[in-house]
Amino acid sequence: MLSRVANSMYWLGRYLERAENYARFIDVNFNLMLDLPPDLKAQWEPLIYITGDEHLYKQKYTGFDRKDVVHFLAFDKDNPNSILSSISFARENARVIRENLTKETWENLNELYHFVQRRSEKKDWIKDDPRAFFESVKNQVLLLYGLAESTVARTEGWYFRQLGMNLERADKTSRIVDVKYHILLPAPTLVGTPLDFLHWTALLKSVTAFNTYRRLYGNIEPAKVVEFLLLNKYFPRSAFYCIREAESCLHKISGSSDSGYQNTAEKAVGELRSRLEFTDVEEIIQVGLHEYIDKLQVKINQISDKVNTNFFQIKDNFITQNSLQE
Amino acid sequence: MDTKNYHVGDNFDEMFTKEGQVRPHYADFLKLLGKTSAKRMSHLQHSANKTQVAMGMTFNVYHDNQGIEKILHLDIVPRIIPNAEWKKLEAGLKQRIYALNLFIQDIYNDQKALKDKIVPVDLVLGSKDFLKPCIGMTPPKGIWCHITGTDLVRNNDGNYYILEDNLRCPSGVSYMLESREIIKRAYPDLFNQLGVMPVSDYPVKLLKMLQYISNKEKPVVGVLTPGIYNSAYFEHSYLALQMGVELVSGVDLLVKDKKVYMQTTKGLEQIDVLYRRIDDTFLDPLTFNPISMLGVPGIFQAYKAGNIAIANAPGTGVADDKAVYAYVPRLIKYYLGEDPILENVPTYLCREEKDRQYVLDHIEDLVVKETNAAGGYGMLIGPKSTKEEHAKFRNLIKSNPTNYIAQPTLSLSTVPTLTENEGLQGRHVDLRPYILYGEDIEVIPGALTRVALKKGSLVVNSSQGGGSKDTWVLYG
Repeated sequence: MLSRVANSMYWLGRYLERAENYARFIDVNFNLMLDLPPDLKAQWEPLIYITGDEHLYKQKYTGFDRKDVVHFLAFDKDNPNSILSSISFARENARVIRENLTKETWENLNELYHFVQRRSEKKDWIKDDPRAFFESVKNQVLLLYGLAESTVARTEGWYFRQLGMNLERADKTSRIVDVKYHILLPAPTLVGTPLDFLHWTALLKSVTAFNTYRRLYGNIEPAKVVEFLLLNKYFPRSAFYCIREAESCLHKISGSSDSGYQNTAEKAVGELRSRLEFTDVEEIIQVGLHEYIDKLQVKINQISDKVNTNFFQIKDNFITQNSLQE
Repeated sequence: MDTKNYHVGDNFDEMFTKEGQVRPHYADFLKLLGKTSAKRMSHLQHSANKTQVAMGMTFNVYHDNQGIEKILHLDIVPRIIPNAEWKKLEAGLKQRIYALNLFIQDIYNDQKALKDKIVPVDLVLGSKDFLKPCIGMTPPKGIWCHITGTDLVRNNDGNYYILEDNLRCPSGVSYMLESREIIKRAYPDLFNQLGVMPVSDYPVKLLKMLQYISNKEKPVVGVLTPGIYNSAYFEHSYLALQMGVELVSGVDLLVKDKKVYMQTTKGLEQIDVLYRRIDDTFLDPLTFNPISMLGVPGIFQAYKAGNIAIANAPGTGVADDKAVYAYVPRLIKYYLGEDPILENVPTYLCREEKDRQYVLDHIEDLVVKETNAAGGYGMLIGPKSTKEEHAKFRNLIKSNPTNYIAQPTLSLSTVPTLTENEGLQGRHVDLRPYILYGEDIEVIPGALTRVALKKGSLVVNSSQGGGSKDTWVLYG
């Protein structure tokens, strides 16, 4: 497969997943705020922090008014990670490799793009309840996933797209866990209170994990939730699960067996997978949840860089291969 | 929908005679129109537009970094061509392409037509489309113009005239294919009833032709595009998708030991045939335009060494010059010993003194064209222009006569076209059939019919307010 095409497949996977996760973030925060007791102020600030774009946000806006935050995360063209930007980038990537996509995939993505554009022109962020928009984005991305699942041949392109999706999803799930670090309880004594419970519930719901968690773990306990979202071996949005999937995609791409590594990307992802596999949640809490998650995100970025040098910058790849031989 | 008030002008109308009688090949369509309400027609039109946007059948007009995407308006009233008429067009186009191919082969090799003074030497050798690096070349299987999209018009005498030969990567074929799919949905029954020849196998034929021009048994074929910012990008990617081949751009390719390779995730893979959609001089910065960012350095050497086939062959454009055009009837006679089946529009060459004087004296009746411009630019339509514009073009012609030709204003034929507020109105059309030259020369039974949507306008180019119509060639 052409390196350029593989590159676009990878980013198509990443941007779609990014848009879907942003829709989840905002949707859940809305729900959370609706459940808050009347004397507590709604918190929109944490959403900006978990996306890591607070610097950009503060250049444009003062304060963390809901409308501003929703506009920034969903519709702001100046924010390269907003839903509008992500969907536009996904579509641009799809457009340059249109001949590699099924007709349905292209047409539905195109439709999603026009939908987001229209809602942006209609200024959905000033609505009192814009949740229908986020629901639609989520559903339309899921439709694209379903289409791919049942129509796309499992050849190289598919694995690059899945690789992008899984790396992005691991990153975003870790950010969702991190939100709890940023959402402040009014007083430390409130840990374990119904309010705290509400926060953790909202967090689980944002990754459609609430019911699964309840069935597997029962009570809502912070350490258990962290374990579930970062280390669980069966839940398809847990960081470990996504990293293991990403590893398997890379193995399919290189045609190597399921263990060991043939290139630096496989090496980096294998290393992270085994770390997550053999870590206990207690160790994470000891290091500090926020610090641990920060490091996890750095590692995911490093994997992405390695994918880039191994497959998309093919000339660099030749140099890497030579140097490995020497 | 009512056609009683439909007005046939002085021009030839494809659907109605001067007396207002429907032409036989349009009779069934008229019956259907009679049964269809105006509201239903505008509904059909609306859903055709929507389908185009959903399919992404758009071309880009880049004003800011977001880009504006426009659709080429597809009118839902088809242009219908009866079989007997098509047979003549087909024979004429085959004859013309065959002769033009011989001409290109000749001028890059023996130059007999120049020695026998059929075409002026300086007109050919002085053309910017005459590529010196191609001298002495014979492309694989001797074919230069693999894909042609000839423009024809029908004058008020009812005859078709060749307007332009378009031998350099003509665009629009994807519109012919996708428009058919959309229009089929609008009139499902009529297609059966009338017997419309299919066009959907064009990508299969195109691929077969591209494979034919390689020496390899299973050649790797690719479509070479200038990239996403090209207005015809939709078509490049569409054709690659339909043929199931790679769409490549310059950055994907490199040349090593006079062979062309694609950069893939698994390393380099050799490519054997390129259907290129970039201009000759942008193909190879080492041989042609050194500042080209679109091409592949060294590809021309690979081509000369016979390691890659390129369609259309570099250098083909020389036969597409608007001044060479005037000589094509003579070339047909010279190479084939036959009379041309399809006529040229009479053409005055400003390079020749007698013709130039005629053009300067009659500029208000003529269409003046630059010999090397495309897309309806650099053009003067005498009867529709002001005195100032006439004067401006007289000066342009005097200062650079070889750059201009002139032709009488033709009255392009009309086809009823759905307008927003005035029901069906006659709008002027041209006709662009597509011709493939592989093992045989084949004319695809369909065409892109471009329509000038503005009342009275004769300019059909999409960049200047033109739309399109589905073109039905009938079996009977």
